[in-house]
Amino acid sequence: MSRIWIRGGRVLDPAAELDAMLDVLVEDGRIAALGDDLAPTGAERIDASGCWVAPGLVDLHVHLREPGQEYKEDIASGGRAAAAGGFSAVACMANTNPVNDDPSVTDFILDRARTDSPVRVYPVAAATQGLRGQVMTEMVALSAAGAVAFSDDGATIMDPAVMRRVLEYSRLAGAPVIVHAEDRHLVGEGVMNEGPVATRLGLPGNPAIAETACVARDLMLAELAGAHLHVGHVSTAGAVELIRAARARGVHVTAEVTPHHLTLTDEACLGYDTNTKMAPPLRSAADVRACREGLADGTLDAVATDHAPHAVHEKEVDFAEAPNGILGLETAVPVVLELVRAGELSPLEWVRRCSTNPARILKRPGGRLAVGAPADVVLIDPERRWTYDTAKGFSKSRNSPWAGKEMVGRAVVTLVGGRLVYHVDRGVVVP
Amino acid sequence: MMGRDLLGIEGLEREEIERILETAKHMQEVGRREVKKVPTLRGRTIINLFFEPSTRTRTSFEIAGKRLSADVINFSPSTSSMTKAETILDTAKTLDAMDPDAVVVRHKVAGVPKRIADELSAPVINAGDGAHEHPTQALLDLLTVWEEKGRIDGLSVTIVGDLLHSRVARSNIYAFQKLGAEVRVAAPPTMVPAGIEALGVKVVTRLREALDGADVVMVLRIQKERLEGAFFPSIREYSATYGVDRAKLRFAKDDAIVMHPGPINRGVELSHDLADRRPGVVLDQVRNGVALRMAVLYLLAGRRGEPREEGRS
Repeated sequence: MSRIWIRGGRVLDPAAELDAMLDVLVEDGRIAALGDDLAPTGAERIDASGCWVAPGLVDLHVHLREPGQEYKEDIASGGRAAAAGGFSAVACMANTNPVNDDPSVTDFILDRARTDSPVRVYPVAAATQGLRGQVMTEMVALSAAGAVAFSDDGATIMDPAVMRRVLEYSRLAGAPVIVHAEDRHLVGEGVMNEGPVATRLGLPGNPAIAETACVARDLMLAELAGAHLHVGHVSTAGAVELIRAARARGVHVTAEVTPHHLTLTDEACLGYDTNTKMAPPLRSAADVRACREGLADGTLDAVATDHAPHAVHEKEVDFAEAPNGILGLETAVPVVLELVRAGELSPLEWVRRCSTNPARILKRPGGRLAVGAPADVVLIDPERRWTYDTAKGFSKSRNSPWAGKEMVGRAVVTLVGGRLVYHVDRGVVVP
Repeated sequence: MMGRDLLGIEGLEREEIERILETAKHMQEVGRREVKKVPTLRGRTIINLFFEPSTRTRTSFEIAGKRLSADVINFSPSTSSMTKAETILDTAKTLDAMDPDAVVVRHKVAGVPKRIADELSAPVINAGDGAHEHPTQALLDLLTVWEEKGRIDGLSVTIVGDLLHSRVARSNIYAFQKLGAEVRVAAPPTMVPAGIEALGVKVVTRLREALDGADVVMVLRIQKERLEGAFFPSIREYSATYGVDRAKLRFAKDDAIVMHPGPINRGVELSHDLADRRPGVVLDQVRNGVALRMAVLYLLAGRRGEPREEGRS
């Protein structure tokens, strides 16, 4: 019988509205007790003084690149990066090669995750076969195989009739449809946010309306279909406003926002660094403000990283040719803690958006520290200062706009199902 | 004192621009000699790195380098064996290992000259990157207007045409404003970049209003093949609404001059007549381009290795 005694931390469990200095006892993979006078025998002690003790973080949106693009990332390396970032579970997108549009691929991912990944891996299956936006996938079979949601992600379904049927049919699988809402026609050749900065840089603009108009369409279709729509990586003030209004009239919509869309503006592109290129692009200061307000008032339910590894040589090209996306798993904690430091989110609300809400959206366990629940736990030192060195990171790739930057706050211990998988001084411990 | 590279006009000080123009004046004199060659850059190597085809600009840089006695090498990766597998930084590092004294870069995507400059120890001169900047074009335009008008300060400059895709427009907006001119821009609403007002210009939709009282009318090239049907309905309609000819020019000042960076779509954005004759000054621009580029090469390529030469003497 294994026991871990987490002593002296600030326990944050949004599911129980709990924010108190408590000890946590983990026994046989589950939370066994919470209390201020625990004195278990034979337990491994973890000193949590100065730390938050929270349910392990859950990332709704990552790209693990396996199968098919293992030179960028694989389930093992992405899983380690997640553990090191404080995540106990990640939902991985379907744009692998082959695409996760068939239960055999879902099986493969889950098999690989069981042996290779220190964290839980929840496969998101494609919504249409081959991500082609034409024929829907076998959502019932995929769901039975373990798919937690359906998404064509960056291959936005442009045909509204297909989108309507995907949403309608998803009700049968009882899982959300996650959308990367960007109208490809309005995006055009755009490679960064349309606006004064793109005009100065001479790069083709991707207008905010490309996202906002597509979110409007998807909200109306979800309302009609009575389906659960999850809007991925919201980046525009217009989309935040549309989601707020749709939620108010009862549409089943949830939404996520990335650490980079909460903290960086399109001015980060001024040096033409291709590690500032992603889709949707970094937006204006007004959009960032709206996203932060949306996260604070709950319009945006969750933080998701959109962790998108690309090899160094793929990013060492011109800004137009460079692939979209940046790493996110290992930097999410310090980056998003900025909102706590700015007084926009309490620690408890921060944990709700990084753990409790994403677990709820995916209908998975986790996101809480109730006695008897699986012991997915993270210890976060909100004051810890460190420098993000991508060469020392766990991801195979290095495409981060925060490379070399000073960070404040860090996940120091991650437990998954009661197993210590990461300790800041010892690195990733298992598997 | 200039910076190491010439990547754009945006980062230049007025004094730096004036110094380049003064230097170009001296270089014009070289161009008027019977033997148009001086030994200034003898033994120096200049690489013209043109990822995007360009006959005019590349030739102008080549002549400028040769008149200064530099060894000029043309390297066009788009037509050589280079494939996408070689990254821009590979190219930059490879060139750097050949120890050039200056590298002139053109690329269809904005930012490439800067990325190359970040890797190279040699100075980089931007010969046009995407819709970002084309600094030597703006400088030669300044030189041309300076010769014509005797000043830049207080002039009214109008730029007409495809602002959205134009690096010439952006560089000229910075250049003329830095030297005290007022700049208006005019284009169909589909070809006005978002937030261009932030560059300090007045945006006007109708050509007549844009030309009103202008001292200088700068006409931009329209990429017909790419834009017709998408950004404007037809060449016929574009030409009728934004094409500059002698009749429309009467709204400008009586002594207004007309400029075009070339190559011209005759009869589309600029009438045949203005392309060839005054107040059109298109060939003066081309002529000044050589002198201006000599000045830039002299100021940048001539500097590298200065300490080494001093050590030798």
